[in-house]
Amino acid sequence: MAIATPETNVNFMRVAKPLGILSIVLVLASIFLLATKGLNFGLDFTGGTVVEVGAPEDISLSVVREALSEGGYDAAVVQHFGSSRDVMVRIPPGESDEPDQAGLEVFELIGGVVPDLDLRRVEFVGPQVGDELRDQSGLAMLMAMGLMLLYVWFRFTNKFGVATVAALLHDVIVVLGLFALFQWSFDLTVLAAVLALIGYSLNDSIVVADHIRDDFRNSRMTDPTDIINQALNRTLSRTVITSLTTLLVLVALYLFGGEIMRGFSMALMAGVVVGTYSSIYVASNVLMLMNVHKEDFLVPQQEELDEMP
Amino acid sequence: MTRYPRWKFFLLVAVLAVCGLYAMPNLYPDAPAIQITSAQAGGEVDERAMSRLRSALDDAGIVYSDAERVGTSWLLPLSDSEAQQRARELAQRTLGRDYVVAQNLAPTTPDWLRRINASPMNLGLDLRGGVHFLLQVDMDTAIEQRLESWVSEMRLLLRDENIRYRDVTHEGQTITARFDSSADLDAANSRVRDQFRGFNISRDNDNNALVLNLSNEEIAKIQDYAVDQNRTALNNRVNELGVAEPVVQRQGADRIVVQLPGVQDASQARRILGRTATLEFRLVADDVDPRRAASGIAPPGTEIYPFKRDDRNPVILRRQNIVTGDQVTNATMGFDENGQPEVNISLNSAGARNMQRVTSRNINKPMGVLFIETRTDIEHITNEDGEREQRATTTREAYVINVANIRDTLGSRFRITGLDSPAEAGELALLLRAGGLAAPIYIAEERSVGPSLGADNIKAGLNSMMLGLALVLVFMVLRYKVFGVIANIALVGNLVILVGVMSMIPGATLTLPGIAGIVLTVGMAVDANVLIFERIRQEMKWNNLPPLQAIEAGYGRAFQTILDANITTLIVAVILFAAGTGSVQGFAVTLFIGIVSSMFTAIVGTRAMVDLIYGGRQRAPTALSI
Repeated sequence: MAIATPETNVNFMRVAKPLGILSIVLVLASIFLLATKGLNFGLDFTGGTVVEVGAPEDISLSVVREALSEGGYDAAVVQHFGSSRDVMVRIPPGESDEPDQAGLEVFELIGGVVPDLDLRRVEFVGPQVGDELRDQSGLAMLMAMGLMLLYVWFRFTNKFGVATVAALLHDVIVVLGLFALFQWSFDLTVLAAVLALIGYSLNDSIVVADHIRDDFRNSRMTDPTDIINQALNRTLSRTVITSLTTLLVLVALYLFGGEIMRGFSMALMAGVVVGTYSSIYVASNVLMLMNVHKEDFLVPQQEELDEMP
Repeated sequence: MTRYPRWKFFLLVAVLAVCGLYAMPNLYPDAPAIQITSAQAGGEVDERAMSRLRSALDDAGIVYSDAERVGTSWLLPLSDSEAQQRARELAQRTLGRDYVVAQNLAPTTPDWLRRINASPMNLGLDLRGGVHFLLQVDMDTAIEQRLESWVSEMRLLLRDENIRYRDVTHEGQTITARFDSSADLDAANSRVRDQFRGFNISRDNDNNALVLNLSNEEIAKIQDYAVDQNRTALNNRVNELGVAEPVVQRQGADRIVVQLPGVQDASQARRILGRTATLEFRLVADDVDPRRAASGIAPPGTEIYPFKRDDRNPVILRRQNIVTGDQVTNATMGFDENGQPEVNISLNSAGARNMQRVTSRNINKPMGVLFIETRTDIEHITNEDGEREQRATTTREAYVINVANIRDTLGSRFRITGLDSPAEAGELALLLRAGGLAAPIYIAEERSVGPSLGADNIKAGLNSMMLGLALVLVFMVLRYKVFGVIANIALVGNLVILVGVMSMIPGATLTLPGIAGIVLTVGMAVDANVLIFERIRQEMKWNNLPPLQAIEAGYGRAFQTILDANITTLIVAVILFAAGTGSVQGFAVTLFIGIVSSMFTAIVGTRAMVDLIYGGRQRAPTALSI
């Protein structure tokens, strides 16, 4: 099985410019989508009630909708969840006078028209808790990025720091943009996925950056483009293989992890693909933009930390 | 290639053996069981009750295993969940109200594993089913209530000291006492300062007033007291519900988390948790013409309350209580001679003394039992800034449930009647027993997962892990051949360590996102080996190093990169744990442990195996199966 043999010599940098422009377009489009359509925040962040019910037979959505609107829940969103025997009802906050009672009321209303109904899940999040979770999550995301920035800054020269963080921002923004474009529900588990993605994306970029740095120090080549190109080629198989194994488990999670893990696996799958691309192109493009050259590495202040495991 | 140090082999084997041992209990699935606990707090379960239960189960043909003692309660494992359901009903009927019977799961860990304290992983509510409540304590009301009692204390103090005052009022967090003359103000000033230490006190000489501002420390004290007292009361109520392994915990300044694993009827739980009911015993104002009650204007010192059933007239009660609900030490439901439900009440010594004093002086006079229920509703409003806000409104509903003539001096034990149904009597007894809440609470968040969904989630998690693992194992062998097999053994070892560590940490809980974390770890853990193996290949092909030197170089140079790359994910896991809630924290935990153990197995573990295969040969290998 050959993914990239040592002889592989793709001239990555030949298409660096057009892809750099593509990245910029992607990021701008994502920001535009986030600003206009926004994220479709899930229950965790908006507050409200979600009820999941199941029955041995298929459940007709129109029957459920009718029962709910007769019960006064006109704004309830009713959809199948996973299979046609499972139904998820989402009640926006403020729809009910006693929001913390809404879950049971909905269950009883549906139970009146669907026989042998099984209450699988009720989640009620008060608006105050929802707002708090949103603030807390935003803070967590900023904190994660901030700490990554600190870490990279501490470990690498300035130019590499900027390059890896650019790749990181690129990945997070494009994945969020994807969630805005398709209006996939963004809840706490998706947020966890985005944070995991921050770690993963940086992991990828660091490995590539490490190699580029080594090559700048040790290679006889002088042209930065050639050096970066060689480093990219040498890390290519690792980058691709790790992304592949990660994608394999994510596909497994997507297929079998149930409806609740779907958003999570989706975010990470998109993130791994975008992250792989960005660790090849975004970081290197930013490095080229900043005119990286051999002199940046002439003073190897870093002692050889290579320890024997 | 240098010989691999021996101690690293031993470390590797020791870690794997210990983790493997502690991971083993997870192979024995929990059995459905019923848990029998004494209804009295801290009470023991009688051996005779257990033998009564055993013979009842034998008669009904329900198969059970040996009962096991857990703390003060007994766990009785059953063959399946249907038997569990039947056994629970039967046990509650057989044992009566002295015992609480709950459905639970009994671990089937063999004895030799228990002896080393090995136990399976804790499962989160999303995997085992149950209810999670986040309850908000209404602090404004708690402070309001406290201030009201201070206002009456102040009035009492001034009256006792014979200081004339115009009025004592409170608003927000301030009490204002106004006086007619500055002389009265002077007199009050020193006395009040002695008694009201929790306030910042200032004089308002222009209005002859004393202004008391609640200090921040005192507010914090009130909050602490309200939350802690509520937590205790909730704890008592939860114990009454007969839930196995409940969690009642304070969260932050003004919230309480209640987790009830395995509870299926969330509505009952919610009713018992949310209600605040208390009783007050008061004398009926029999010197007032009862017809005045219809006018709705109560004479001084009295209050008018409706009677519970509409067919009777409202009752005029004196303001002073004889006894309040918090002086009740025990309350049980029973039936009187006519088969009517009643609640038998025991009082503590202070309550009993008061009851005795008042009733002995008022024989043949009527006494009323006032039932007070507080309910908190959440209202959604949009404030002037256009922001959503929720505001808690507390409604207090009070009515008289019983009026009876005092026939004799009452002491520490007596009974109340006049209840509609045994169910009502039972609930009143429960609420009295479990104690009142110091401040109203309302549900800020609820997440309940039915047992069927919990089981589905476990299945989904396991399936995706199996498939993910299989795909990665196959891929690694295809790509790296012998080295792939080595990496695969390390990967499985990594899972063993992960499960072992999760089982060893008492506070670690496995959730559905936690399983996702394990699955993700499986995919990411091989990265370290991919890095090393790719290096080895490169060193052989690009730098023409002989195999053993290539291995050496591959492991040596990759270490720093692996460490660098994994630290970022570790940082993220820590942030997720700090900022996340329940199930997301589960993800952070498995991710963190998985990354650390994967570094260990992928670097130390595979190196040891590579050394075993290639290092011990007489002649250095000329090629590697990589």
